[in-house]
Amino acid sequence: MNVVAPQRSFVRAEQVDALPPPRTASGPVLWMRENLFSGPINTVVTLVMAWVLFWTIPPIIDYLIGSAVWTGSDGSACREDTTGREVGACWAFVIDRINYFVYGSYPMELRWRPNIFFLVLAVGIVWMLWLDAPKRGIGAIYFFIVVPLLSYWLLAGFPMIGLEEVPTGLWGGILVTIVVSAVGIVVSLPFGVLLALGRRSHLPIVRLVCVIVIEFTRGVPLITVLFMANTMLPLFLAEGVTVDRLVRPLIGVAFFASAYMAEVIRGGLQAIPKGQYEGAMSLGLSYPKMMYFIILPQALRIVIPGIVNTFIGLFKDTTLVSIVGIFDLIRTVESARVDPVWSAPSVNYSGYAFAAIFYFLCCWGMSWYSQSVERRLAASEKR
Amino acid sequence: MADTTSLEKPQVKTSQASETEIAVEMQGVHKWYGEFHVLRDINLRVMRGERIVVCGPSGSGKSTMIRCINRLEEHQKGRIIVDGIELTNDLKRIDEIRRDVGMVFQHFNLFPHLTILENCTLAPIWVKKMPKKDAEEVAMKYLTRVKIPEQAHKYPGQLSGGQQQRVAIARSLCMNPKIMLFDEPTSALDPEMVKEVLDTMVSLAEEGMTMMVVTHEMGFARQVADRVIFMDYGQIVEMNEPEAFFSNPQHERTKLFLGQILH
Ligand SMILES: Nc1ncnc2c1ncn2[C@@H]1O[C@H](COP(=O)(O)OP(=O)(O)OP(=O)(O)O)[C@@H](O)[C@H]1O
Ligand SMILES: [Mg+2]
Repeated sequence: MNVVAPQRSFVRAEQVDALPPPRTASGPVLWMRENLFSGPINTVVTLVMAWVLFWTIPPIIDYLIGSAVWTGSDGSACREDTTGREVGACWAFVIDRINYFVYGSYPMELRWRPNIFFLVLAVGIVWMLWLDAPKRGIGAIYFFIVVPLLSYWLLAGFPMIGLEEVPTGLWGGILVTIVVSAVGIVVSLPFGVLLALGRRSHLPIVRLVCVIVIEFTRGVPLITVLFMANTMLPLFLAEGVTVDRLVRPLIGVAFFASAYMAEVIRGGLQAIPKGQYEGAMSLGLSYPKMMYFIILPQALRIVIPGIVNTFIGLFKDTTLVSIVGIFDLIRTVESARVDPVWSAPSVNYSGYAFAAIFYFLCCWGMSWYSQSVERRLAASEKR
Repeated sequence: MADTTSLEKPQVKTSQASETEIAVEMQGVHKWYGEFHVLRDINLRVMRGERIVVCGPSGSGKSTMIRCINRLEEHQKGRIIVDGIELTNDLKRIDEIRRDVGMVFQHFNLFPHLTILENCTLAPIWVKKMPKKDAEEVAMKYLTRVKIPEQAHKYPGQLSGGQQQRVAIARSLCMNPKIMLFDEPTSALDPEMVKEVLDTMVSLAEEGMTMMVVTHEMGFARQVADRVIFMDYGQIVEMNEPEAFFSNPQHERTKLFLGQILH
């Protein structure tokens, strides 16, 4: 071998011009060869998975769309003995009962009120979630103050301005699911912040109370909290005072969600470096101003994925309120599917499939949103 | 202490001055972290318009001392009087003092979620209740002074270290402080950025700002300091005018320390 002594000194004589990066070949065939068939094990895994997908996906699609029944007014449309063919999902049943699934037994002629409620809520949600939306400060006031008041008047009634009262026993379906989740979400964020701050407080009593509330609520199952809210809440109140049957689980859910939220937010608070507190204090900002302007905006931003994760969990957990007799979406599906008019085997599955699709779309939307926020934050961190 | 004579000298000079000309007065200040005695019998009087440079080995209590002046740390014994107000547990007084005492940190401590301009206007608007427009005007004035007005709408993360530290100085100045504290303002900076920050501080000193600066930039100390303080083991070991301090240190530990950092 030719051994060359290392060069001891060097002065560059000419500039090296910038060149474009080397071209890498691309195209579907090459992509497949690199990603799916790059080795014997990879090839076997690819083939097995292809086989599994081939055996599962077409039947599911066939069940949901191909052999599904879209029209009909009773169970006979969805039974094999009457139609004489294999029957998939019975969407005719869902379409027939969709109003019940959305509003429960909310009086027919007053259903424009829940519709406006959905609209009011949607505006609030978009305003809050769209990070570049104009006037987000007003948006927050709208979402946390205007929306709850307006919703209450719309749904429960406000006789003074001519909105007649509708007892909560008549509410049901997606309406109730959304009301319970929205209350959980709207309450849990501010209370979660307060509990998280309290848990980090220097005042021992405040800290103790917050720790007890958080640990106790987190330490028992939601069902227990709901049962306790249902049966024990009236015991704590003065004689003669009754709490609405829907409000009881709402309080339980709000407590539960706040405790979880508090822990998520505490994680964010812990990630803020001490220097941020010191910078704020050295400028003379008082504790509330320091928290409001400096610490919380940064802490909440860090934990957006965790907050959304808690919302997703909460949203699905609301199905548990059906156990204390609230007609949420699952409960309306339950009671509709046993209706003798719609007695057909596929009706059972179809109702649940509808509920599953509803829940999946909502949760997937939240998850997608949280990921897009994460990407955005990652991009802004680089700046 | 062996060097009480050198401690007394400047105090004799200033003791005839009237009370209101005293910016910071520390009398027999002690502080402990648990069992650890960080500050031991600190006696110091800083006159209005004076520039004090504090140096000393790592862990000697320099940061702790100047952080006691705006109550980022609490002292346990002795008295600290800032601008005629004694520091006690009274939160109102603490806020009052913090409004008048600016502080610049080693790691800048800018607020990363706010623009440079918002960093500078937040405290004037919400602490001093200044109208937003006026606060922005003042902020732009100081950003111009530290030579980065064109960065006003960027975020701290988009600026170099030296620029960030100059923003931090401007942010403090926006509160129109009577005293500025600096805790190693240049030691987290790359060498080529140190000068731009020191230049800013020199121009501040030339305008007569009362300054207490913890730094190891001895060139800066020679150029602007009225007095240099050397701390070790939580005590003020030696204090003198820069000329005498550098050319003729008295205490053994000062000599050793200067021998290590001046080459
Ligand atoms: N929060 C704290 N708890 C316990 N000990 C502390 C704390 N902060 C500082 N100390 C200790 O107090 C001593 C003095 O710290 P200080 O930060 O004042 O030193 P310094 O002179 O500024 O040093 P440096 O040049 O490294 O910044 C050090 O020994 C340090 O370990
Ligand atoms: Mg220090």
